Formats: sequence, structure tokens, C-alpha cells
Amino acid sequence: MTDVAISAEGVTKRFGDVLALDSVDLAVPAGTVFGLLGPNGAGKTTMVRILTTILQPDGGRASVLGADVVREADRVRSRIGLAGQYAAVDENLTGRENLRMIGRLTHLARPVAARRADELLERFGLADAADRTARTYSGGMRRRLDLAAALVHRPPVLFLDEPTTGLDLRSRSDLWAVIAELVAEGMTLLLTTQYLEEADRLADRIGVVDGGRVVAEGTAAELKAGLGTTVVEVGFGDDGLAARAAEALARFGVSGPERDGALVRFEVDDGPRVLIAVLGELDERGIVPATVAIREPSLDDVFLALTGHRTEEATADQAEAASGGHDGSAPARGRRVPTGGRR
Amino acid sequence: MTTVTAPSAVPAAPPGSRLGWAVADTLTIAGRNLTTIRRLPQLLVFATIQPVIFVLLFRYAFGGAIRTPGIPYVDYLMPGIFAQTVTFGSLGTGIGLADDLQKGLIERFRSLPMARSAVLGGRIVSDLVRNTFVVFLMCVVGYLVGFRVHTNPVAFAGGLVVLLLFACSLSVIFALVGLSVRTAESAQAAGFPMLAPLVFASSAFVPVATMPGWLQVFARHQPLSVTVDAVRALSQGGPTTSFVLQSLAWTVGIIAVFGPLAVRKYRRTA
Repeated sequence: MTDVAISAEGVTKRFGDVLALDSVDLAVPAGTVFGLLGPNGAGKTTMVRILTTILQPDGGRASVLGADVVREADRVRSRIGLAGQYAAVDENLTGRENLRMIGRLTHLARPVAARRADELLERFGLADAADRTARTYSGGMRRRLDLAAALVHRPPVLFLDEPTTGLDLRSRSDLWAVIAELVAEGMTLLLTTQYLEEADRLADRIGVVDGGRVVAEGTAAELKAGLGTTVVEVGFGDDGLAARAAEALARFGVSGPERDGALVRFEVDDGPRVLIAVLGELDERGIVPATVAIREPSLDDVFLALTGHRTEEATADQAEAASGGHDGSAPARGRRVPTGGRR
Repeated sequence: MTTVTAPSAVPAAPPGSRLGWAVADTLTIAGRNLTTIRRLPQLLVFATIQPVIFVLLFRYAFGGAIRTPGIPYVDYLMPGIFAQTVTFGSLGTGIGLADDLQKGLIERFRSLPMARSAVLGGRIVSDLVRNTFVVFLMCVVGYLVGFRVHTNPVAFAGGLVVLLLFACSLSVIFALVGLSVRTAESAQAAGFPMLAPLVFASSAFVPVATMPGWLQVFARHQPLSVTVDAVRALSQGGPTTSFVLQSLAWTVGIIAVFGPLAVRKYRRTA
């Protein structure tokens, strides 16, 4: 028996002709971290907006800690925190003023709001910058202030929409450490991300979102096991040679080799061993590769394996712009999602 | 699977205090907007320089050529300047909201357990405070160039209240514009062509009687003219009731039409 903190059943949202969310189901147990992983325009932000009462769904139901996001929106709002990729802090206010304002707007008494602001500034390493306007903050500092603002009223459930997008590596790992701490304190967290590594590090369970649907769900280990943990790429001088090689290597790889022009790609459990075998096989047939590479699977590989297409970020961005700048657009490719991806 | 209803750190507001919270939230937002003005005083300086230039131009450059029967031109001019100042000031409402929208602040506000009316209400309150301050400054400027009240201070203050209420109704219109265009730059650009005919095809700077007949119909009855005429009558003398009532009617009418539209737009904007 599990306590569900965030639940969604058949949540659907349309923007004009675009189906942004197509009957999404979610169940996030209390005290766990759920990662929504997907490219721009997959519907992640739309889902977060619905769960945080900013948008209303066109169909289906969703609730947070038992309160319906439409009918009991005020109850939901008093129990959630939201921090987003756009770092919504008032840049004309100081860090301290930003947090005190949020405290007042979440109806904390003035001295309580002031104390809470000091606490959070200290905790997020912003105490020295507390009385500078947020305009003077670095990107990483703004994100930390944004996250602190989401925590002022001690919400038991936190939503983070692409918390580290656009941050440098150092700021990203700083923020990850902070998030991991919150999780250790028992907070329920739903985060969206484009980075496999981020979902891997922070999330207990991951839902892969594409074209407005959750196409796969599981722990990072489960998803990776399905993918093969490494990708082997062998390049050839020309397409013809690559085609011959792909044929010769048909027995390798989790899902068989995939040829992309002069490149042959495998997803495998044990990269180095397979690479030796592959090179041996090619050598026997007198085929000489031009390039050889082993790499960790990227988000692109996850998508390729789960959906049969690459992430097409550019396409998604255009569709997003056309739908009014919301991360809600589901490009037409949503229909190409193969069935059976859900595990 | 069961669903938990974890105790929240924040108790839901008891039903009786909803209005109390709405007022408190509105004041919090208004206070935050006014802090922005304190932080960026250049905004206020620019908002004041333009009307000061108009005062100097019309008082000393154009004024000599403009005949105002019965009263000195400077006494005719200043009520028009007050109205011009608050009218262009109302653009700030749209610019401020569009800026909040653009920066994602409105999205954050919408996820908080605060009163839904507070973002719009707070903006209108802070703009009222700003307008009051700027009108006060312009009174000082007017005094320096020879403007005098020929009725009594109470009547003059009453005239300024009518004017500031009218400014609130314009703020409501620009709240809708700001939420619709979504960027501060477009709010600024959209505003000027809407306001220019209101300010210049009016009784603010020249007597309406000098205009061609077709324009007089508009210029005599449009909201800015009747408001200027009300302030002028309350500061210089003459019949006041009709102008005050017409101005208040416009104010109420504009808020009745654009208020619900702005609120609806806010609810649908995310």
C-alpha cells in the first residue's frame, strides 16, 4: 500500500489544434521523487502547470495530497511550491525582499516571514547577497533564490520545472546537492528535465514524455536496462560499405544494428566486449571501419529506443512558438508513438 | 493505494477572512510595485520630465497664441497638464503587468495561495499612489509658472480626486492591454496611439470651440475633456456639476466594461 501525493488520471490538454497532453496518468508516492523526462514541447511544462493549478485540464482529473487541482485549487496552492526554468524572482527586489514578499503572499505573519526568509537565505548560500537586488545575481544564484521562494511556506510537495536548464556545470551540481537535501528531508518532488543525467541522479522513478504522452515509466535502472547501457557507433567510408557491415553485424546489439548513412549504431549492455567482437567480425570479412566510438546513451538514444524517432528539438521549438510560447505543443509526431512502450 | 492528505504548514484561510486576505495581498503587491519605483527612480523622473516640458512649451512658447476667454492661459493649461500626466502614466499599468508576465512572476503568483484579484488590484493601487505623487509634483511646477486656484482648496482637491479616479479607469484599460500584448515594449507601443487622440483632441490645451465642427463633437464629450473641464471648473470657478458627473460616469462605465475583461484575461493568462 502506497500513499499517493500527486495523482493524475487521463489528463488531457489542448491548445487550439495541438494536443499538448494526451490522457496522461501519473501516481507519485509521498516522499519520493518523480522525474518527467522529455524534449522541449513534449508536454512536461503543461503537466506541471496543470498540477500547480496554473492551467486547467480539458479532460481527466488530477490531485495533490488529495485536493483536486480544479475544484480545490486553493488547498492545492497552500501545499505546493513551484520553481521554474524562468527563475521567476523580482529582479528589482533584493533576495530578502523577494522571500519576504512570498511569505506575506502565502499568509505567514510578518515576523514569521522575515525569520523564514533569513533561514532560507542562509541555507541557500545567499546570506551575503541578501540585500542586493536580484538583478545583480548570477544565473545560479537566481535559481537558488527561485527555489528558496518555492519553499517559504514549507510546502510538502515541490514542483521543479527544468531546474537546471541553462546553468553551467558547477551551478548545476550545486543545485542538485540542494535538491537531494530536500528529498532527504522527506519532501515529495516532481521535476521535469531534458537531461537524462539529472533524472538519473535525482529521481526515484522516471516518466519519459513524448508528444503529450508518457511513453515509458520506471526506475532509471529499468529504463536503462531496456536501452542497453552503452552505444557503439562504427563509421564507414561510404553508405554501401556501412550497409554490408550492418548486414554482417545483424546478430549484435539489443535491438539489432541501426544504420544512419555511413554510420552503424548498436545499443548494447557491454560496450567494450561487443566492440571487440564487432571488430573481429568485420576483420574476418575484410571490412575496415573509418571511425569507432563507444558512448553512454544520451537522451536522444532513450528517445530513439522508446519512440522510434529522435528528439527533433528544433521542430518542437517551432511548434511551441506557434502555440503562444507554451511548452504545451505536441507536434504531429505524437501519433507515431509505438504502443507497448509503457512498462 | 490510498491518497494522503498531509497536514499543510499553511492553514487555509477561514471563510470570514477572505476579504481580509484579498486586501492584505493587494497591499503586498502594491508595496512591491512601489519598491520598484523607489529602486528605479529614473522611471519616475522620466514620467515627470515630459509633462514639465509640456508646461514650459505651452506656458511660454505656444500659450501666447492661444486665446482662452475669461482666464489666463496658465490657469487654463494646468488642469490639462494634470490630465495628460496621469493619462500617459496609465501606460505604466500595462507596461508593469506585461513585464511581470514576461518575467514569469505572474506564473509564480498564480501558484500561490493568494487572492486572485491582488495582482491586478495591487497594480492599480500602486499606480494610483504614483499618480497622486506625480500630480502633486505638477501642482508645484504649476505654482512656479503662475498657476493659481481661484476657488478654494477643497474644491480643487475634489477636482484632483475626480481626475485620479479617471486615471484608475485608464489603468484598468491598460491592464487589459498589458496582459494581451505580453511584452513591456509592445504595451508601450500600443498605448501611445490610443492615448494621443484622447489627450490632444481634447480641451486639455486649447478651447474646443476653435476646432472644426466634426471634431468638436468628439472633443467636447470624450472622457479626458470632461475630466479636464471638471478640474478646471473646480479650480477656476464656473458650473461644475455637469462636468463632474460626466467624468464620473465615464470612469464608472470604463471600469464596468474593462474591469471584467481584464479580470477574465488575467484568469486565462498563464
